[in-house]
Amino acid sequence: MKLLYFAWVRQKVGLAEETVTPPPEVRDVAGLMSWLATRSPGHADAFAHAAQIRAAVNQDFAPASTPVAANDEVAFFPPVTGG
Amino acid sequence: MARVLVQREVFDLGAESALLSEGRTDVGGIASFVGICRADDGLAAMTLEHYPGMTERALAAIAAQAESRWPLTGCTVIHRHGRMLPGDPIVLVLTASRHRIAALESCAFLIDWLKTKAPFWKAEEFADGTTRWVDAKAEDDAATARWGA
Repeated sequence: MKLLYFAWVRQKVGLAEETVTPPPEVRDVAGLMSWLATRSPGHADAFAHAAQIRAAVNQDFAPASTPVAANDEVAFFPPVTGG
Repeated sequence: MARVLVQREVFDLGAESALLSEGRTDVGGIASFVGICRADDGLAAMTLEHYPGMTERALAAIAAQAESRWPLTGCTVIHRHGRMLPGDPIVLVLTASRHRIAALESCAFLIDWLKTKAPFWKAEEFADGTTRWVDAKAEDDAATARWGA
């Protein structure tokens, strides 16, 4: 699974992207966030702010209940501020 | 089919506007919005980060929404990324139609929607060297909501 991080999520995690193999019990975006929080102090710091983090699965905005699978591209970021 | 560009380079409002009317006689008006980097609170620069790939998809989907809601003869959305200085143009929205109301309304819709539905993030730099990520604003969500789902 390819993961991408943007804005302060990227800065806290310390990576712009990484490839991971989550355990089988990780089935959705919420589960993935909980699992990622255990990977490093940087991940823990970023995902401690879970309520402020939005996600996209395969480049579509995705609520926390969205299923995730091995070949998905999943991105985590703060609420958008373009325009 | 809208013209959607995500680029570092500055855009040319006059040239982009001309593209929407040249060679045709059915265009009655073109509405434009240019978003510009403001220097609030001693801001020295602003850097826009985006999600390559998703950004283009999201902007195209937003433009398609505008084209489905209003009878447009053309539509252009250009959003820059990278580092901007106060006064620099950031985003351009152009909508062309036979009549003004469709052009003006769809232009407002596009800028409201892209503020809350396109994956861009602004980081502000200040003269004292500090930086901070811009927080999303409730008023932007409200502006998006006024157009319905």
